[in-house]
Amino acid sequence: MRKYTPKDNVQAKAYYTDRFWVAPRVPRQAVEDEHFKAVVEALGERVKEAYVEINNLVLHIDATQNYAVLETLKDTCGYKICSEISAVDYLAKEGEFEIFYQMLNLDKAKRVRVVCRLKKGLAIESVVPLFKSANFAEREMYDMFGIKANNHPFLKRILMPDDWEGHPLLKTYPLQGDEFASWYEVDKIFGKEYRDIIGPENRDPARIDRYDTKRFSRVGYEVPFDADISSGETKTPIEYSTTFLTDYNTGTKQLDKRK
Amino acid sequence: MAQHKVNYASNGGLPVALTSVDKLLNWGRSNSLWPLTYGLACCAIEMMASGGSRFDFDRLGTIFRASPRQSDLMILAGTLSKKHAEFARRLYDQMPEPKWVISMGSCANTGGMFNTYATVQGVDRIVPVDIYLPGCAPRPETLQYAVMMLQKKIRKESANMKKNKKQDLRLV
Repeated sequence: MRKYTPKDNVQAKAYYTDRFWVAPRVPRQAVEDEHFKAVVEALGERVKEAYVEINNLVLHIDATQNYAVLETLKDTCGYKICSEISAVDYLAKEGEFEIFYQMLNLDKAKRVRVVCRLKKGLAIESVVPLFKSANFAEREMYDMFGIKANNHPFLKRILMPDDWEGHPLLKTYPLQGDEFASWYEVDKIFGKEYRDIIGPENRDPARIDRYDTKRFSRVGYEVPFDADISSGETKTPIEYSTTFLTDYNTGTKQLDKRK
Repeated sequence: MAQHKVNYASNGGLPVALTSVDKLLNWGRSNSLWPLTYGLACCAIEMMASGGSRFDFDRLGTIFRASPRQSDLMILAGTLSKKHAEFARRLYDQMPEPKWVISMGSCANTGGMFNTYATVQGVDRIVPVDIYLPGCAPRPETLQYAVMMLQKKIRKESANMKKNKKQDLRLV
C-alpha cells in the first residue's frame, strides 16, 4: 500500500517552491576515448581545456583561433558537419559571451563541441568558408545577441525585421519587449502619431482589477457602476427576493401583492 | 443554413422580384463572401479543412481567392508576428471595398499564449475586425459559424455605408 502522507495542508502549500531552479551540472569525465584523444592531440596547444560530457567532447579554445581549430577538425579529424553555432549570454555573471560550435563526425558517429569566450563588443571570425551552414547560424547569432562575425558574406538580421532595435536573446532584453518593440507595428504601419489612437498593448486580457467597478463586482460589496472604491467599499447584506409567493402544492409562483 | 430576406415566392409566380437596393446588395454580398487565401499559423490548417470537401465552405458561397484584389473577406488565421504585421495590413489595404475581417483563434484575437516581444497582441491593432472567433485552434464548424454570423451582420448593413452604425450591426 502507498505510504500515507497528511493532506490537511495540501492545497495551501505549493509542492514546488524553488522558482529559480538550477539544474545540476552534467558530470565531466576525462578524455579516455581513442578517437577523442587523437582529436585533442591533433589540435595540440590550441586546446585550453578538454573533457567529455555525455559522450560529447568539449574543447575550450581561444576565440581568436576558432577558424584554425574548426579547419583542423574538418580536414584532419573528419568533422564534416557543423550542426549548430550559437552563443550563451553570460554578460551579467562573467562579462562575456560563450560561443559554441557543435560538430559532427558521421564516419565515427562522434560529436565535438568547441567552446570559446568572447568579450562584449568584440567580433569573431566567420567560419562560412568552412561550413555553409554557418551562414544562417552566424546571422542568427548576430540578430539575437549582436555578436558580429568578421568576413561574413551577408551579415544581416535573419529573424527580426531589418529595422528592429535591440537583440532579443540577451538576458537584459525584456521578454515582453521594450518601448520600441511594443510600438513597432503601429509606428511602421500608421506612424507615431497614431499611438494615442490605438493605445498601448493589452498584455493580460484576463487581468482582474480589484478597483475596476465597470467590469467586475464583488459579491456582498456591490457598488454602483463605475463607482470609485479606491478608499474601500461598505459591506451590503445579500438581498433575497421577497416579491414572489410560491405555492408548493401546485408549484406555481405569483407576485406578492399583500404589501 | 443561409437565411436571406429575399422572398422569391412573394410576387405570385411572376418573373419579377420586388426588393430594395439594400436587400439585393446584401443578398449578393453575404452569399458570395470570397476570403483571401491567407494563413498565418496552425489555424490556417483548420481554415484549409473548412475549404475541403468534408466541411465544404463552397456551400456558403465562400470561395478562397488567391488575390486580395478579388476578395472581400480576410480571415486572419493564426499568430501575427510584428515583422509580418506590415504585410497583413498591406494585403488588407489591397482588398476592394466593401471588406470584412474575421480574427480566427486566440493568437489573432489577443496574442494568445505568445505574450512576447515579437507577436502582435491582437490583430485589431492593425485592421478593423468584424468577428472574433475564439478557440485554439477553432474547429472548421466554428469557422463556418463565424462566416454565418458575418453573413447575418452583412444582411443588417445598409448600402449607404455612412448609415452603418455599430449598434445597428450588433448580432446579439
